[in-house]
Amino acid sequence: MIVSIVGTALVSLRRDCGALALSFILPIAFFTIFAVIFGGRRDATPKITVIAVDEDHSRVSQGLTKGLQAEASLVVRTRPPRKQGVEQPEYTAQTAEAAVKAGAAPVALIIPQGFGKDPISFGGSQEHPAIQLLKDSSDIVAPHLVAGLLQKVAMTSMPHGMAEQGSKHLDAYAGGFTAEQRKRIQENLHQLERWQSRREAAAGNHGSTATGSGASDAGVIAITTRDVVGENKRSPMVSFYAAAIGVMFLLFTASSAAGSLLDEAESGTLDRVLSSLVTMTALLAGKLTFSALLAFAQLVLMFVWAWAVFKLDFLSHIPGIVVMGVCTALAVAAFGMLLASICRTRAQLGPLSTLVILIMSSVGGSMFPRFLMPEVMQKAGLLTINAWAIDGFTKVFWRDEPLLHLWPQVVVLLAVAAVLFAVARRLARRWEYA
Amino acid sequence: MTFAQPAATSSSLGPLCTEGLVKRFGDVTALNGITLNLNPGECLGLLGPNGAGKSTLIRTVVGRVIPDAGTVLVFGRPAGSGGARAALGWVPQELAIYPRLTCRENLQTFGRYHGLGRASLQSAVAHCLEWAALADRAGERVSNLSGGMKRRLNMAVGLIHEPRLMLMDEPTVGVDPQSRNRIFEMIETLHAKGMSIIYTTHYMEEAERLCDRIAIVDHGRIIAQGTKDELVRNAFASRSEVIAHFREPGVHVAVWVEKRGGRYVEGTGQFTLERPAEIATLIDAAAKAGHELMDVSLRKPNLESVFLHLTGRELRE
Repeated sequence: MIVSIVGTALVSLRRDCGALALSFILPIAFFTIFAVIFGGRRDATPKITVIAVDEDHSRVSQGLTKGLQAEASLVVRTRPPRKQGVEQPEYTAQTAEAAVKAGAAPVALIIPQGFGKDPISFGGSQEHPAIQLLKDSSDIVAPHLVAGLLQKVAMTSMPHGMAEQGSKHLDAYAGGFTAEQRKRIQENLHQLERWQSRREAAAGNHGSTATGSGASDAGVIAITTRDVVGENKRSPMVSFYAAAIGVMFLLFTASSAAGSLLDEAESGTLDRVLSSLVTMTALLAGKLTFSALLAFAQLVLMFVWAWAVFKLDFLSHIPGIVVMGVCTALAVAAFGMLLASICRTRAQLGPLSTLVILIMSSVGGSMFPRFLMPEVMQKAGLLTINAWAIDGFTKVFWRDEPLLHLWPQVVVLLAVAAVLFAVARRLARRWEYA
Repeated sequence: MTFAQPAATSSSLGPLCTEGLVKRFGDVTALNGITLNLNPGECLGLLGPNGAGKSTLIRTVVGRVIPDAGTVLVFGRPAGSGGARAALGWVPQELAIYPRLTCRENLQTFGRYHGLGRASLQSAVAHCLEWAALADRAGERVSNLSGGMKRRLNMAVGLIHEPRLMLMDEPTVGVDPQSRNRIFEMIETLHAKGMSIIYTTHYMEEAERLCDRIAIVDHGRIIAQGTKDELVRNAFASRSEVIAHFREPGVHVAVWVEKRGGRYVEGTGQFTLERPAEIATLIDAAAKAGHELMDVSLRKPNLESVFLHLTGRELRE
């Protein structure tokens, strides 16, 4: 009996291509994507772009910059990329801050004038010139990594500075190691010990001390961090996930809405509609409009919910939301139309849309931020609607960029909508006439 | 009556004129040179078994199937053209209505698809609801209606834009006898008002009751057409049909029946006799062959008999 039941189920599964795909292809596809993201080859680890501004121009600051440039995990830029073959001027503190705000890099380091004269800052003395670390707090990893590497490079790349500074300290505190000198050294060591205890206690109470803006005195050089993007945001990742999750579900909604075309084809209603004055182009345009409106409403609801519950700054971004919302809604609606026109039946559409949308969402950053992915995956993500939509909404919510700056996302999403709709229209010819 | 190649009975400006329609789906020839004319106000029945090509013919007239050869003119306009679409009302075999909409919403939707304005739409919806006896269920969702009501709404949707020619593709499929009668009354009302109608069915009773003229379709061809009387007269002339039931039907009986020029169908022998008096000869012959007869009846030939006579097969095989 059980064998018969198993046999029947096996035959059914074998003949259900959708179920087979969901059972075997989707898990493997997902495993592959996340294996590439998290456990891929060594050389696929994402490099962090850092803008370095040397206002000091001393041997020490130059050595520090060179040390950072030698780090395999960093791409250190001292000037913007060439434009039409013309080399651009070096970054200044102002242009570096603007570049971080524009998303050119998640971190900028400003080495201040006078840093080379007194680079070492044991104990976080306020008198030492501190390196400014300007960060985009939407990237929750890069600033911490750069701050850590900066300390490491300070230890390894400034031997002259360290020795000189050490001598100065020795001269200042030891002075020939008299009894008085020993006493002072001892006092300083005690002070250092107390500071370390305080720091450990603070870390125990508040977690990482390197979060947010402020001074970081945990290393040999002083670093002052400042959020230049999202400094006033209450919930840094809410806007990202509102857009990311929103777009993923928009894709599901759009494919489901477009599936009504298949329902109508199966029931014979489509034939009847097309025997009236309605043409296939008009019908598809009507369905596209409906799907887009539905998707837009869903997106707006998502942001309103995020505003009400998670304090997302919704009201001051309405123009950007409308522009990105309309473009995203049109793109996902056209995507749904394409899926529906590819499939023969509603039963085919379900598994296919699940497969494609989940893969698109994982690669496109709906499940995991793209900036944390390896470069190759970040580039692959650009083939998805998710990535362009999320990038656009990030510009709106996070970077507070003007509407004009949304043009790349708007152009791409509208072009995607037009192309997908045209292909769907071409495929829908099979329904027009027998 | 004519066989296979009927004479034109109306001009190309009549409700429907098809000429040499051919349609192949792969190796299957669904329409094999169908020529047909429909007169104004006439109800023409397309009678044939499943797979005969009736629905393909209807879909070709509607413009949903493009023929490989031949022409279709609806009131002088090519099938699929705007003029033809406006003139045609199509009741497909499937329930081609929106299940989540109400009766009224369905009618309004399809009315708008046919380009009706607000005022004309309102009166058309009211008229269709009344015609289909669904006025009291106008606000009911289709999914909540009985099978017969759904069928009636399916028909009403075909009438919403006040067409001049109705194409009804087996509108009584899966309907109980009571609902079927109601549907017949609806069609008779339309016919009485002078609507031109094409009605496909594989039930000869329906064709006999509703149609002025009947075209028998088999294997994509019209093998005979005319009034019921013409069809029977031409197939049987003055001959009668005799049905013989045997006590022990079987292969030996079938062989004997066919040797006598009859047909062996479901355990019975069916014979066409020139004169009723020949029945006695038939009974004697059966007795001599050792086949005991249970019952012998004389039947007036009907459309079923005509179909059997022309094709050698039963209508509902």
